[in-house]
Amino acid sequence: MKNNFLIILICLFSFELSANENISLETKIFKNLRCIICQGQSIAESNSDFAQTIKIVVRDKIGQGENEKEIYEFLSEKYGEWIIYRPKFNFVNSFLWFSPYIVLLLGGLLIFKYFRKRKQ
Amino acid sequence: MKISFLKIISAFLILFTILIFFLALFVDKRYSTETIVGKQIDNFEIKFLLSNRTFKKNDLSKDQYHLINIWASWCLPCKKEHPTLMNLKKEKNLSLIGINFKDKKLNASGFLKELGNPYDISLIDKNGTSSIMFGVYGVPESILIDKKHNIVLKFIGPLSTKDYKTILKLINEK
Repeated sequence: MKNNFLIILICLFSFELSANENISLETKIFKNLRCIICQGQSIAESNSDFAQTIKIVVRDKIGQGENEKEIYEFLSEKYGEWIIYRPKFNFVNSFLWFSPYIVLLLGGLLIFKYFRKRKQ
Repeated sequence: MKISFLKIISAFLILFTILIFFLALFVDKRYSTETIVGKQIDNFEIKFLLSNRTFKKNDLSKDQYHLINIWASWCLPCKKEHPTLMNLKKEKNLSLIGINFKDKKLNASGFLKELGNPYDISLIDKNGTSSIMFGVYGVPESILIDKKHNIVLKFIGPLSTKDYKTILKLINEK
């Protein structure tokens, strides 16, 4: 049971990793940045002035040899972590990262218990 | 009374979902200034509006407060806050730095000629990328920097009378 669960988790993570590799770094960063002045749009989707400027900055930074992490750090320092769609993995955000898995586990347990009770 | 495990989990899941949605209702992180206020300004290098020379962080004096104002001639709220900037110009303890944002030099010069030039230093950010250094969302915006070059306050939108009084109070504090 424990092993099966681990295998499912590993499969989910590896699928996500391989999909991301196919997208260019620039597009990947644009898609992971929130257009703060827009309603629910990413920098990639938005045509706002703000998004256009952020695109230039990201391209410049990639050109200067900065990596994805450095670019996110620079922008979150200026605009807060809110600008990044995928929150950083740290102590404060750990609950955010683990809560879907906790809810999934509890949900699974709930279904399991329900069916077992019905069978009895 | 025996409370079943099933009911506890169900109640927890429902409460958890409600709590998340409830908390999210009160979150508005747009136009937040909390990440930038209190920090040292980064090194920057921005071109002067009317010459090819550049102005750097090291050129900022250490005996005055600085108000960096990001403006453009095409921006109506910038016109609205202009009288406030003209009043702030009179303060000896404050140096005004204007960064002209995504504008044409000719239009920018015309704007200052028509309404008066409140700035001690006039710079230009043609494509808006230098202003990202100050966490700018748009125009107008102003950033108050203390003598140690720390960001003390950031104003998003045109400076109001209240903002004017806040700036005066801060720069004249001993």
